[in-house]
Amino acid sequence: MTVSNFTRRAVVGLIAAVGIAAPAAAEVDFSGKTIEWVIPFSETGGSAKWANFFAPLLSEELPGNPTVVVKFMPGAGSTKGANWFQEQKHNDGTLLFGTSGSTQFPYLLGDPRVRYEYTDWTPVMASGTGGVAYLNAEDGAKFDGSANGLTGVNFIYGSQGATRLDLVPLLAWQMLGMNVEPVFGIKGRGDGRLMFERGEATIDYQTSSGYLKGSADLVTSGAAVPMMTWGALDASGDIVRDPTFPEMATFKEVCEATDGCETSGPAWDAWKAFFVAGFPVQKLAFLPAGTPQDVIDTYTTAFDAVKNRADFADISASRVGKYGVFTGEDAKAALSTATSVPEEAKANVKDWLQEAYGVALK
Amino acid sequence: MEIFATALPALGEAWALILQPAVLGYLVLGVVMGLAVGVFPGLGGIAGLSLLLPFMFGMDPILGLALMIGMVAVVPTSDTFASVLMGIPGSSASQATVLDGFPMAKKGEAARALSAAFASSLFGGLVGASFLTVFILIARPVVLAFGLPEMLMITILGLSMVAILAGRIPLKGMAAAGLGLMIGTIGEADAGGSLRMATYDIPYLTDGLKLVIVGLGVFAIPEIVSLLRQDRSIAKGASLGGGWMDGIRDWMANKWLSVRCSIIGVVVGIIPGLGGSVVDWIAYGHAVQTTKDKSQFGKGEVRGVIGPESSNNAKEGGGLVPTLLFGIPGSGSMAIFIGAVALLGSGDIEVGPGMLKNNLDITYSIVWLLALANVVGTVLCIAASGGIAKLTTIRFTYLAPFLFMLISFAAFQSGQNFEDLLALFSIGLIGIFLRRFDWSRPAFLIGFVLSNPVEKFTNQAFQIASFRFRKSFEEGIDYVFSPIVIVLIVITVVSVVLGIRQAKTIMAEGEVQSGSKRAPLVFLLVIAGYLTFALINANMIPDYNMTDKIIPLVVGGFSLVCCLILLVQMMRRPEGDVIFADKEIAGEDADAPYGLWSTLAWFAGLITATWFVGFILALAGFLITFFRVRANAGWGKTLLLTVAGILFMCLMAGALNRDFPPGLLQGAVDLPWPLK
Repeated sequence: MTVSNFTRRAVVGLIAAVGIAAPAAAEVDFSGKTIEWVIPFSETGGSAKWANFFAPLLSEELPGNPTVVVKFMPGAGSTKGANWFQEQKHNDGTLLFGTSGSTQFPYLLGDPRVRYEYTDWTPVMASGTGGVAYLNAEDGAKFDGSANGLTGVNFIYGSQGATRLDLVPLLAWQMLGMNVEPVFGIKGRGDGRLMFERGEATIDYQTSSGYLKGSADLVTSGAAVPMMTWGALDASGDIVRDPTFPEMATFKEVCEATDGCETSGPAWDAWKAFFVAGFPVQKLAFLPAGTPQDVIDTYTTAFDAVKNRADFADISASRVGKYGVFTGEDAKAALSTATSVPEEAKANVKDWLQEAYGVALK
Repeated sequence: MEIFATALPALGEAWALILQPAVLGYLVLGVVMGLAVGVFPGLGGIAGLSLLLPFMFGMDPILGLALMIGMVAVVPTSDTFASVLMGIPGSSASQATVLDGFPMAKKGEAARALSAAFASSLFGGLVGASFLTVFILIARPVVLAFGLPEMLMITILGLSMVAILAGRIPLKGMAAAGLGLMIGTIGEADAGGSLRMATYDIPYLTDGLKLVIVGLGVFAIPEIVSLLRQDRSIAKGASLGGGWMDGIRDWMANKWLSVRCSIIGVVVGIIPGLGGSVVDWIAYGHAVQTTKDKSQFGKGEVRGVIGPESSNNAKEGGGLVPTLLFGIPGSGSMAIFIGAVALLGSGDIEVGPGMLKNNLDITYSIVWLLALANVVGTVLCIAASGGIAKLTTIRFTYLAPFLFMLISFAAFQSGQNFEDLLALFSIGLIGIFLRRFDWSRPAFLIGFVLSNPVEKFTNQAFQIASFRFRKSFEEGIDYVFSPIVIVLIVITVVSVVLGIRQAKTIMAEGEVQSGSKRAPLVFLLVIAGYLTFALINANMIPDYNMTDKIIPLVVGGFSLVCCLILLVQMMRRPEGDVIFADKEIAGEDADAPYGLWSTLAWFAGLITATWFVGFILALAGFLITFFRVRANAGWGKTLLLTVAGILFMCLMAGALNRDFPPGLLQGAVDLPWPLK
């Protein structure tokens, strides 16, 4: 899978967008202005890293080289910031907003705090990631490419909460018939890995960069056994092997090999919908409602220029890996894949959350 | 052990990297910026680092590290100014310093307190760095040995310091700590997401209260209000005794205490997940326990300054271990630091498990840059302390409005909500009454700080322990009673027993006279009422979310029992008994020319005006009115001070790219910064 053919639709759109953008961009000039890129999380999270990485690059590419500052508006699991952004109107194009899977999930699950509507906003850039699940050495020995040998084992997993990105691994393990008991309340995936290293947790998952940084060493030393990746999306929206870990089977493959796990039907659709919203389209940058086309085009051109830098692959390796950056129409297509989850899938996940963890989003 | 063979050359390379003029220049630049930013309580490291981030991209790694470390390292040093001079705890690292540092300032010994604190900081930083140089090589298994039961026990050891700080009536201290714990549970539970004493209709409460706000509310506001009522200078009689040389001599005389507290700082600092929240209290407790004459604690005992200050800089060094070896940040500023390191150079320094293998020279550079930055920062601070200590001789009425300005701004920065100001005011009220009726404020704060760790570690350790017990009984016992846990239990029991025996001599609130029954009784009933309400509220959480209700139920129940026993005692004892301590009966507060409510009204006025016209306009009005009416200043002086205050505010906020609380006016009309 390459970056630009995220969907067939998007390729065409991208060419069109670049074509239009070139002449229009000259009219927008940000000289002497300050662009505020608001992130609805604290300074310490992954989204902060993501925005801080792009901000100086964006500044170089926008006409007039405005200062791009990242501002933080944490609260209520990012819904506070998103609700605030919903109220913002286009002014002079100096406001940018960033969301992540943690903003998408409450929206999809109908969290009562959500007062924002993704379809009102204009996405200008999107990026994704993948994820890898792994087991401890003892239980890993029972894993043969299917989860059939793991059904009788009890697992402990350090989790940030069932309604967060952890929903994807928890649901996957449940579909495989595994008995995974989440220990809730940890603060980040790094803490989860530490719990695994201490031997307190016996199963774990990390996003791709987290896995490469911290967990790959555990696998080399024999302390951990990789189980599966969540996979990646191809042009037609099917799940294929993760380009960062081409040698590792996907959840889809493991599910197919496991008795009683189906890769079709409502459960599978629900898992896939939330996987897409949480991983391949994890982080998005938005302009507020009512932004005129010339400003949108200016940002699209700038983000295009950023991702076409000769050294982009190098400097972005730990930020977006091999998953690429979507801009313009690509970003729009990414957003619609991420947020158009069938009602049935939503209901399915909500029921499961209520049943398994007593989580009621009311 | 081959790693030791590579350690010495790496250490040499690290020093070769550090001792370049450009690197040292950037380090000093970072230190100076850090000191400037450190003026704001509760903002320091994170704001400063965020400011530097845009410049880190592609920067020469060692230069970038020098700049960032210079800035981070001085925050626990520079916030000592606020905690000693004004009684404002700048960060969790300087809370225990307030207990004795501020009373020293009130006695006119500010310079002495400051230089003792700085000397301890410096020493702690150096001990930390030396210890780490060797320890970092073998730290990995040690860090991994600290599982959830061990962390829970350290948290409980921290809580046990309540025994020492409980005051003359231990029950009151325990109830205060319980109240702090309960207030810490407000909001969305970590485990199951249930709401405690909060509703989705008030989103502010779902996130819980921030430590900055509670620290400022409990310590700073009661002191500011009390001093303002008395209309005097911080240093009584506006005289300064005790120069900065005395402080250094004090430190020399207590160097072994300083060594021990530094080690405590490093060791607790390396445990990920606890960060700095307990370190200074454990160090303070240790200082108390090892002092023969305990009668001066809480009234300006220099050992009470040396202990926590030795530990808090050493802790920064210890905090590097989880950050560098595991990629798990020990604090907010460390999290930004990790992100920034990835931006440096070609981005090939990756903080995490590979750090020791691939970048041992960089690791050592970081450790020793931190130590060096401490030296530079401390020297600058000591040089400045004599001059800055003169602030304590100024008539407080001229300082107070600026302090209200600073703490409001600091509180707002913690969550960027108008509610931050309301929360600050409410917690301030609690603080004022805790102080008035001699309920231990440190106990309350320790409870609040440790509320989240206690709940989290209890639940998680319980869950994993029961998982182990299901496997086999032995495995469960091995997990729960590891050697580290047993040692910690012994230390905790000893410290509680000693603490209870000593508590009566340690008066964190100074001498308090007792008086009639009514006021203390009313306050007790209010607290018992809140606890009852919180208990009912927690009990309404459905049982399948047991993890979210068990701690509030147990702690709330325990505190309520304490309150009920107190109630019975109050009914049976005669008026004038020590249980009816009340600062409004006699002493400084009672003799003050201004009343409590009229003084507090000024602060309330600032907040109300902010609600209507936004912070800067409200501040202008507040400063002018205050100087004219309360301070009886002439128009010239009033305008000069007002302009200076607002200019300072705008300059700092502008440089740090921060906003001010907006009001209704800003909702209706578009105004330019700083008015927006």
